[in-house]
Amino acid sequence: MAVNKNDIEKLAELSRIDISDEAAANVAQSISEVLGLVDQLQAVDTTGVRPMAHPLDAVQRLRRDEVTECDQREQLQAMAPATEDGLYLVPRVIE
Amino acid sequence: MEWETVIGLEIHVQLATKSKIFSGASTAFGAAANTQACAIDLAMPGTLPVANEEAFRFAVMFGLAMNSEIGKRSVFERKNYFYPDLPKGYQTTQLEEPIVGPGVTNIELADGSQRAVRLHHAHLEEDAGKSLHEDYQGMSGIDLNRAGTPLIEIVSEPDMRSAEEAVAYLKKIHSIITYLGISDGEMSQGSMRCDANVSVRLKGEEKLGNRCEIKNINSFKFVEKAIKVEAERQIEIIEDGGKIAQETRLYDADKNETRSMRSKEVANDYRYFPCPDLLPVILDDDYIETIRRTLPELPDAKLNRFVSEYDLSSYDAAVLTTDRVTADFFETAAKVSNEPKLAANWVMVDLAGYLNKSDTKLGECPFTAEQLAGLIVRIKDGTISGKIAKQVFEGMCNGEGDADSIIEARGLKQVSDTGALEKLVNDVIANNPAQVQNYVSADDSKRPKMLGFFVGQIMKASKGQANPQAVNEILLKKLNEQ
Repeated sequence: MAVNKNDIEKLAELSRIDISDEAAANVAQSISEVLGLVDQLQAVDTTGVRPMAHPLDAVQRLRRDEVTECDQREQLQAMAPATEDGLYLVPRVIE
Repeated sequence: MEWETVIGLEIHVQLATKSKIFSGASTAFGAAANTQACAIDLAMPGTLPVANEEAFRFAVMFGLAMNSEIGKRSVFERKNYFYPDLPKGYQTTQLEEPIVGPGVTNIELADGSQRAVRLHHAHLEEDAGKSLHEDYQGMSGIDLNRAGTPLIEIVSEPDMRSAEEAVAYLKKIHSIITYLGISDGEMSQGSMRCDANVSVRLKGEEKLGNRCEIKNINSFKFVEKAIKVEAERQIEIIEDGGKIAQETRLYDADKNETRSMRSKEVANDYRYFPCPDLLPVILDDDYIETIRRTLPELPDAKLNRFVSEYDLSSYDAAVLTTDRVTADFFETAAKVSNEPKLAANWVMVDLAGYLNKSDTKLGECPFTAEQLAGLIVRIKDGTISGKIAKQVFEGMCNGEGDADSIIEARGLKQVSDTGALEKLVNDVIANNPAQVQNYVSADDSKRPKMLGFFVGQIMKASKGQANPQAVNEILLKKLNEQ
C-alpha cells in the first residue's frame, strides 16, 4: 500500500503539524516504504489469531481509588507559555 | 403519510470515583481551575496512566444491572483527535473489547405499556477538560480539572420511536446509575450528558433513514425538545423532496432548533489503535460475582414489589421508583401510616408539586416521611378533612413542625361533635328559609344537588372544620323534619 502527498497533508492537518510541500513528498515516500513491510506481514494467514492488544504477555494492575496528587498548579503553569485566572491559554478555538 | 422517528442514545455518565481514571488527582466538582489537573492529566512527557479499580467496579455494577455480559477482558484504545482540552491528543477509551457487552432494559410509558430498549455496549473512557471561549487576551482558556474523570459511555440500539420514549429511557438509565450510587447523575453539572441519533422513516418501512447526531444535550427537557424539533426538520426536508445529510448537529435551546456543527475541518478520522501504555484488564468470575452480591434493589425490582406489596398501579409505582430517595420516602410514609395509596398520592401530587414549585430537592424537604405519615393518619382517623389537610401540609412545607402541632396551633381540628354540628345546621336552616322552602317542595331527584348549597354554607360557617359526613347526616335529618 502506498500513500501519496495528499494523504500526508491530511494526516498533518489532523495532527496540527505544519509540513512543507517538499517534506510531505519525502514523508509520503518513507511511509510508503514502511507500509510495504506491513503489506508483507499482512500476507501471513492469521485466521484464528486474536488481535494483539499489547506486546507484553501481562495484565493491567489496577490502583486503589485514592487521591494521591496534590495541587501543583503553580509549578505546572510556570512552564506554560500563557495563563490567566488559573487557566492555560491557547490560540482561540472557534466552534 | 405517517412518519416514525427512530432514536438511539449515547449517554455519558461521570463515575463517582474519588480520583481520576488514570491518575490520583481528585475529581471533586467545583474546584478552582487546574488545581486538580496533575502531570498525568496534562500529558507531561514521561508520565504513565494507571487504571483505577473503582471505575471498573462501577462499570461492572452497571453491566450487571443491565443484564449485560461483562467483558472479562477489556482493552483501552486511543481515539486520536486534536482539541486543546485534550492535552494528550487522544482520548483513552474502549472500542473492540469494552467492559460491558449487549444488554437490555425495559421502559415504562405513560399509557402503562412497556418497551424493551437494547444496550449495544457500554465502555469506560476518560473525560476531556473544558474550553472557555470568553476572551482571554484574544485566546481561549483551558481548565483541565475534568480531564481524566472516568466516564462510562452507554450506547443504546436505535430502539426508541418517540421523544417521550427517549426521555423514558434516559430517566431509566438515570435511575439505575443513581440507585447503584455509581454517579450523582446531576445533568446540570455535566455528570450525565446525552447525544441523540435521530432519523425518520415512513411507518412500516424496514430500512433506517439517514441519521443526524445531536451532541451534548444536558437536560431531560432538552432531549425531548431537541428530538422533536429535529424529527420535524427531517420530515419537512424529505416531504419537500430533499435528502438528509448525515451530520452532527447542536441543539439551541433559546431558538428551539438544531443547527449543523459545520466546520471547515477535515472529516474526523480517529485512527484508533490499542493503547500501548495500558495492558488488557482481566476480571475473573469471582470478582464479578462478588460485585453482583452487593447490588442494591434496582428500580424494576422495586417497582414490581410496590405493585404487589402496596397494590399501586404500575405507572404510579414507576413514578415513585424513578429515584431511590423518593422511593424510600414513599415507602417509609406508607409503612408508618399503613395507608400506601394515600401515601402514594401525597408524595406524587402534593409533595412533588411543592418540591417543583419551590425548586427544592427531596433531600432538603423541611419534613420527614414519618411526619407526612403523621398527616395521613390524621386524615384517616377523622381529625381533619382532606381539605384542611392541604392547609396543614402547607404549614409543614413552611417548616411549622409536624401535623399534630400545626392542627393544634391553628385550631384546625375537625368538628365531629354532634351538639356543635346541630347548632351550625340549625343556624343555616333558620337563616335561609327560601332555600329550605325550595328544597322541601322539590322532587327527590333534584334534592341531592340542592343539598350542596346547605353543606357549603355550613362548611363556610365552620371554617371548613366541620366533619362533612356528620354534617350530611344531620342536615338530611333536619331538612326532612321541615
